[in-house]
Amino acid sequence: MIVALKKITGKAPIKIWHKENDIPNLDLIVIPGGFSFGDYLRCGALAARSPVINVIKNHISRGGTVLGVCNGFQILIEAKILPGSLMRNKKLLFTCKETTLEVQSCIKNPFLSSFKIGECLKIPVAHNEGNYFAPNDLLKELKEEGRIALKYSKQKDNEKNYNPNGSTEDIAGILSNNGRVLGMMPHPERAINYLHGGTDGLKLIKNCVEQIIG
Amino acid sequence: MDTQSQLLKINKNEYLAQQKSKLEDALEMGLTKDEYNLICKKINKTPNMTELGIFSAMFSEHCSYKSSKKWLKTLPTAASHVIQGPGENAGVIDIGDNLAAVFKIESHNHPSFLEPYQGSATGVGGILRDVFTMGARPIALMNALRFGAPDQPLTKHLVSGVVKGIGGYGNCIGIPTVGGETNFDKSYDGNILVNAMAVGLAKKDRIFYSAATGAGNPVIYVGAKTGRDGIHGATMASAEFTENSTQKRPTVQVGDPFTGKLLLEACLELMNTDAVLSIQDMGAAGLTSSSVEMASKGSLGMKLNLDLVPTREDKMTSYEIMLSESQERMLMILKPGSEEKAKSIFDKWDLDFSIIGEVTNTRRLVLTKDGFDACDIPLAPLVDDAPEYNKPYEIKTNKKVLKPSDLKTNLTIADILNIIFKNPNIASKKWIWEQYDSSVMGDTIFANGDSDASVVKIHGTEKKESYGKGLAITTDCTPRYVKSDPIIGGMQAVCEAARNIASSGAKPLAITNNLNFGNPDKINVMGEIVGSITGISKAASFLGTPIVSGNVSLYNETNGKSILPTPVIGMIGAMEEVENALEISAKLDNVLIILGQNDNFESGWVGCSIYQEIINKKYDGAPPSINLEDEKKVIEILLKLNKQKLLTAAHDISDGGLLTTVCEMLFKNNLGLDINLPSNLTNCDSYNPLLQSWCFGEDQARIIIATKDIKKVQLTLNKNNVDFFVLGKTNSTSNLNLKNISTISLNELRNSNEKTIPTMMGNKQ
Repeated sequence: MIVALKKITGKAPIKIWHKENDIPNLDLIVIPGGFSFGDYLRCGALAARSPVINVIKNHISRGGTVLGVCNGFQILIEAKILPGSLMRNKKLLFTCKETTLEVQSCIKNPFLSSFKIGECLKIPVAHNEGNYFAPNDLLKELKEEGRIALKYSKQKDNEKNYNPNGSTEDIAGILSNNGRVLGMMPHPERAINYLHGGTDGLKLIKNCVEQIIG
Repeated sequence: MDTQSQLLKINKNEYLAQQKSKLEDALEMGLTKDEYNLICKKINKTPNMTELGIFSAMFSEHCSYKSSKKWLKTLPTAASHVIQGPGENAGVIDIGDNLAAVFKIESHNHPSFLEPYQGSATGVGGILRDVFTMGARPIALMNALRFGAPDQPLTKHLVSGVVKGIGGYGNCIGIPTVGGETNFDKSYDGNILVNAMAVGLAKKDRIFYSAATGAGNPVIYVGAKTGRDGIHGATMASAEFTENSTQKRPTVQVGDPFTGKLLLEACLELMNTDAVLSIQDMGAAGLTSSSVEMASKGSLGMKLNLDLVPTREDKMTSYEIMLSESQERMLMILKPGSEEKAKSIFDKWDLDFSIIGEVTNTRRLVLTKDGFDACDIPLAPLVDDAPEYNKPYEIKTNKKVLKPSDLKTNLTIADILNIIFKNPNIASKKWIWEQYDSSVMGDTIFANGDSDASVVKIHGTEKKESYGKGLAITTDCTPRYVKSDPIIGGMQAVCEAARNIASSGAKPLAITNNLNFGNPDKINVMGEIVGSITGISKAASFLGTPIVSGNVSLYNETNGKSILPTPVIGMIGAMEEVENALEISAKLDNVLIILGQNDNFESGWVGCSIYQEIINKKYDGAPPSINLEDEKKVIEILLKLNKQKLLTAAHDISDGGLLTTVCEMLFKNNLGLDINLPSNLTNCDSYNPLLQSWCFGEDQARIIIATKDIKKVQLTLNKNNVDFFVLGKTNSTSNLNLKNISTISLNELRNSNEKTIPTMMGNKQ
């Protein structure tokens, strides 16, 4: 993620330690993937109680932008910044593979504004707990508010395993109600040069940076 | 054994009397009577239980290599690009640009059979520590796995547990698992093999070693606390299994990848300062082997106060502390005065940091616990005088060369291909690979069978016109060849590894080996060990790929039944421009050419082949012969062609022969091919043994390349006097066409290839 951000901005991003409770004003906070505290408890549950989370919540309340990827998404859910839950993958196996994501019709947000609705992005996933679940009333709310940002998508009509984790309605990423926070399971920072097999991830992060900084 | 704290109430004499060892104790710890007598003589006293425990761990096969050392010394280990050969935590080679690749493979066979998840997870954790102990940041993990017969009841449970364990550690610590090999054979029913390999990168001038320096310097314990897990694990791993072996489960260590990650980051941060003089991880035989090896390598001594060792449980005895194999721990010697600075780094990462003693110039290991001397022994007998055996051996080789006409069948070529891709040994391992995070760190170019060797980009070597350097990594061994002829089998493992590295576009550089065998007290098993080391040596010297690190795992036997001899070769290679890396998948309108096979080649090698197993239901005869000149030639010409940017794909011919290799090259892009045949074979039918041997024979020193520019390739091949055979041009039909003999649908084969393992694991896709 640092490589991707540096590639786009030309500058190395500031790294924030999890025990930090005072940070400068920032344009964008990215909570990257990983296994915070080993994820021996529910994924992200311990990290969601780190001192830095309060700082992130303040940043969001000021209208700040946050991108949470994989474990970052799990932390946002555990911190109750985004709604719903991320369960074990349906097959109960860790899965690392390329997925196709379809951009959904959603509220104004800095992440996907340069993409057309229905446009497909090739971005890999690598997780054990990415099975997004939302109860019916929440699902209805997310739909009505246009907060479902990305869905796993078929490439062929008869494709069966396009959804890597069994998430509700193939959801891969959701937005906060102001559209400034995106949580997504796939890793855009792993699709940033042609040797990765594509640059769709770079496009997503680049769009986000450009929208915020201009 | 009573705990020492209970003994605190008694006086020193009573305490010492209770601690004194007897011969029976030594036997129970896996030592022989002769070894016990040797110990008593060398240290001039009867050892106490802690001292005896230390000796038994250091004398275990796992730590002392007592059966194999004589032969390991014959391996070629030197070359101009070798920075550190065997004997350190890992091998180190120079890859240019002031960078060094640090790598090693290590087995965790016994623990993984008893407890597949933790056994394999700690195998990964242990090999990672070996690499970052040298000052290198790990960038890739590989593994070589062997399981019992697919239909054996335990196999599914073991595959599932081992794969989860490897993924569990590697995924969590955030280092990509980029590939490896998984095979099945009934000889592994009672002894699976889990060999894990790690590769790291360091600055050439910032390599850290384990030899202790400077009497009076502080000895520091860092990392996780010491618990009662894994006590005497090294001894357990040095014995055969019996019916009661599952009782040994408590000797299996428990992994904590998050602490492993913290330890990795804290150590690398500290190594960025000038504080660390020497460092050693606590792997097999824990604090015992780390302290003994550091002190003896520096020709110094060590005095440790075991009361200062951070422990997880109360009332641990000196014996337990010294023999625990708790994971995620390191022992370091720091520059005096840098303790505070170092401690602040470990505090930041929430890890224990304790000064537990000092380096001495006595050449003795002195330990105290609860105010008593727990151990006071000279180091020389532990290491220098450790037993080295010249065990009797007999190298048995099968010289019978099978002819194609010896194999008669009513199966067509299409039938055979179908059977091949339903064989779990050949079928795609995607079900396994998808459980490993292969793309974390963002530098993986080809993983998990995309290319013959896995390729990772070397972060930070990017240039304006290039993505930078790449490292290629592979693990290889064909145990059925080794069984038939250990010398040829040893050579073949090295040659196939080198071919795989070259097929990915990299120059083969160096080897780490993992020698897995049965009981060395058996004359034929010892023959397998000696023979395969001889073969490995021959091939490695010839190809200029020295052995820089490795591991030996013996006693892979259950109830007297030995595994197939499995000397796994882990090889790495480097390429200057990673965008030139080659995958196995050909593109549309590419011409496929076999390097190392000419127009007159009609009769394929069927002995010990997958094809023979299908026809005869067994492996028999001599394995395919190895010609090192030919091997070198195909590797060199392939690299030359790739440098001219003439190639689009490459795949070496190995298990399953020519046609299997062709199919694997066509699968991904849904291609087809009209295959040219040698003129004498064009009028055969599909049952013809000669034609079938041409299709499935496992003759060595052959690589199939794909090119868009046949003319230029032919020119180079002719100029360099290299044998080649033009197979034909890829088309979009998804059919394999053998003239008028057979048309085979690749869609069906692809389906078998992808479904075999998921079906075996009961996970239908």
